[in-house]
Amino acid sequence: MTLKECYAAMGGNYDEVMGRLRSERLVQKFVLKFLDDGSFDLLCRSMEGADYEEAFRAAHTIKGVCSNLAFNELLDSGSQLTEALRGGNCGPEVERLYEQVKADYARTVQAIRAFQEGAGG
Amino acid sequence: MERMADKQKILIVDDSEMNRSILADMLGEEYEILEAENGSEGVAMLNKYNTEISLVLLDIVMPVMDGFGVLTMMNKYRWINEIPVIMISAERGSSHVERAFELGITDFISRPFDALIVHRRVVNTILLYAKQKKLTAMVAEQIYEKEQRSSLMIDILSHIVEFRNGESGLHVRHVHTITELLLTVLVQRTDRYHLSQTDISVISTASALHDIGKIAIPEEILNKPGRFTKEEFEIMKTHSMVGAEMLKGLPIYQDEPLVKAAYEICRWHHERWDGRGYPDGLKGDEIPISAQMVALADVYDALTSERVYKPAFSHSQAVQMILNGECGTFNPLLMDCLRDCADDIPQELGNDTAERRNQREMQNVARELHKHEELTASERTLELLEHERMKYSFFASLTKETQFEYTLNPPCLMLNSWGAEKLGLPEIIMDPYQDAQVQAIMVASERDSLADALHSTTPGSPVVQYDCKLTLAGEERWHRIVARASWSSEEPPRYSGCIGKAIDVHNSRIQMENLERQASHDALTGLVNRDYAKKRIIERLQDRPGGRYALAILDLDYFKSANDTYGHMFGDEVLKFLADRIRHSIRGGDIAARVGGDEFLIFLEYKDELESTIEGVYSRVSGGVYQDFAISVSMGVASTDIVEAEYDALFRCADQALYVVKKSGNKGHYAYYQKEHGAMGQAISAVSPIDGSEAGEEAACEEE
Repeated sequence: MTLKECYAAMGGNYDEVMGRLRSERLVQKFVLKFLDDGSFDLLCRSMEGADYEEAFRAAHTIKGVCSNLAFNELLDSGSQLTEALRGGNCGPEVERLYEQVKADYARTVQAIRAFQEGAGG
Repeated sequence: MERMADKQKILIVDDSEMNRSILADMLGEEYEILEAENGSEGVAMLNKYNTEISLVLLDIVMPVMDGFGVLTMMNKYRWINEIPVIMISAERGSSHVERAFELGITDFISRPFDALIVHRRVVNTILLYAKQKKLTAMVAEQIYEKEQRSSLMIDILSHIVEFRNGESGLHVRHVHTITELLLTVLVQRTDRYHLSQTDISVISTASALHDIGKIAIPEEILNKPGRFTKEEFEIMKTHSMVGAEMLKGLPIYQDEPLVKAAYEICRWHHERWDGRGYPDGLKGDEIPISAQMVALADVYDALTSERVYKPAFSHSQAVQMILNGECGTFNPLLMDCLRDCADDIPQELGNDTAERRNQREMQNVARELHKHEELTASERTLELLEHERMKYSFFASLTKETQFEYTLNPPCLMLNSWGAEKLGLPEIIMDPYQDAQVQAIMVASERDSLADALHSTTPGSPVVQYDCKLTLAGEERWHRIVARASWSSEEPPRYSGCIGKAIDVHNSRIQMENLERQASHDALTGLVNRDYAKKRIIERLQDRPGGRYALAILDLDYFKSANDTYGHMFGDEVLKFLADRIRHSIRGGDIAARVGGDEFLIFLEYKDELESTIEGVYSRVSGGVYQDFAISVSMGVASTDIVEAEYDALFRCADQALYVVKKSGNKGHYAYYQKEHGAMGQAISAVSPIDGSEAGEEAACEEE
């Protein structure tokens, strides 16, 4: 699997990120690094602990990272969740959006893993 | 080889490691990257590196302290004036962006960002600030020195004059500000007078001295509420020449530009453009430009101030009166200058704090230096500074000790990395007084006494040594803290924090304590030994010289036969047995020691009556048996009622009393050393008895 295919599999925009970061080496480095990013774990922990302020910050970070890497599908649900959580509120949409983020995150990670294996680990 | 020191530093403050590393990757080749994972850490880094940081890339949404918090702190400590900030955020709400700009950021980049744009903006911003920053560093040094020299003297002198004139303290400052303003406008209009920024600064500063000659004017004339008579006015007019002569008479500093300018100003600030002024009747540009300017400033401030003989005119009235020629004639060029800056005057006067003046002066000098491209001093300074820092961190990494630096404002504790690891703390701690981890290591009372000790140092002797226990990983360990208080060089000096180190002295201290114990105690009986007892008795006598004390020496009778009959082991047991009795027969504050062999010593304090105390002790110590061995003790006592309150004297006299007891064959008795009012001066009456049976028996001997 190529990096471009990886982006397609996760619903990201490969051309966009290449336009901005301008180096396949860099993009690949950060895409792989995304696997180690703790923001999603932090989001899950905060949601389970009903700490919505922390959850807001975690969602906000995910949004920032995804926007830089043009992980657009996860960016979309992440942004919506960020707004629903803004101000430490637990809006009516939060539960549904949280599920959506989990699903999109799983898909993104799956795509990156597949790429990682294809790229020789 | 690439040297880190040559790279400029960029501080990235972002809670996402991913975000930081993307930015670091883009910029790391050209810049040294510092990272902070929340606002609070960012502020700590800013405090540590200050203007060494060339740029801050700042996120908004972060835990602990967000980006606005960082900007607020940067404003509070004025870092924002010197360190540019580019905000990077996924927040796009215009209210966010607006607020960030209001707080002084230089640029705002929204996510997702374009690598080229970030790079370009970072480079531009740094280039823009870099030169300014070097200049500021250099100027700060020079201004500081200059300020030190002249400000204080001038402030004192001019306030003496004002105090005497009954003017508000503002007049001198106003004249200074207006003179400076007018001169600045003047050099923009013409270079006829060849004035550099330095000249402007010197003339403005010297303007404060324009009226020092008034010191010589009698007070009743100086502060007369009504119009002067002709004679009075003549006397008043002498102040300009008197002031000039005072400066001329200075034994030193004659070549200082400041003194030269002050001379001109003093002498000629009442001359007029049309030649009708005093004292010399100079005309036109015969009058030095410095004196012309101060004359104008002086007139303006006099008009706008209330005086005993007139109300205060408004700013525009005053300007109009001057321009209409109602207050003397001035150089037309100066009138143009006044028109140019008339609108700025009220505001400048309103804001004219000393600090602003310094800032303005710095800008002026910076502008000047900029022209000459003379950056060598500052570059060399920066290099030296960097070298010192490198040296320091190299040595700090080699030593196995905790080094720290504490700044009061902002409150921040910084540790070297070895120390941080040892203490289990981060290297930078904001607000350490509130920090639970810090409190767990050093209890508040210890911390406060250390702080007190540092606060009570002086700039001349700022070092404090302080031993206390620190709790490391749950274990209390003795540490020796050696710290040096930082005092500012202003007057009066201000305490601004400290630097220092904490050394773990636990093992050596415990060892010392053991050694001390070994050295001070008798191994067999556990009582203290003679030397140690002596030391403590001397201390006691010195502490309370008026107290009443007694020293007793005890000797075990027939001890030699116990050894001979039962062997030395048995002898030791008897000594232990006796030591125990002694220990239990004295009170808490008393001292009991083994002098050596079978001799013991007791030192006690008494209040009213000694005899019953001594008898009580003796009866508890002597008598009875240990196994088959009869415990019989002889004792000699010397008290400070009779003997000088001095250890050697007490010991010698008690020993003599004991000798008398032994010698008299009255073993199992005790005796007091007593001074006889007799021929030979001193004698002893050995009294005895213990169980009361033989009371009254006496023996006597004479002291050799």
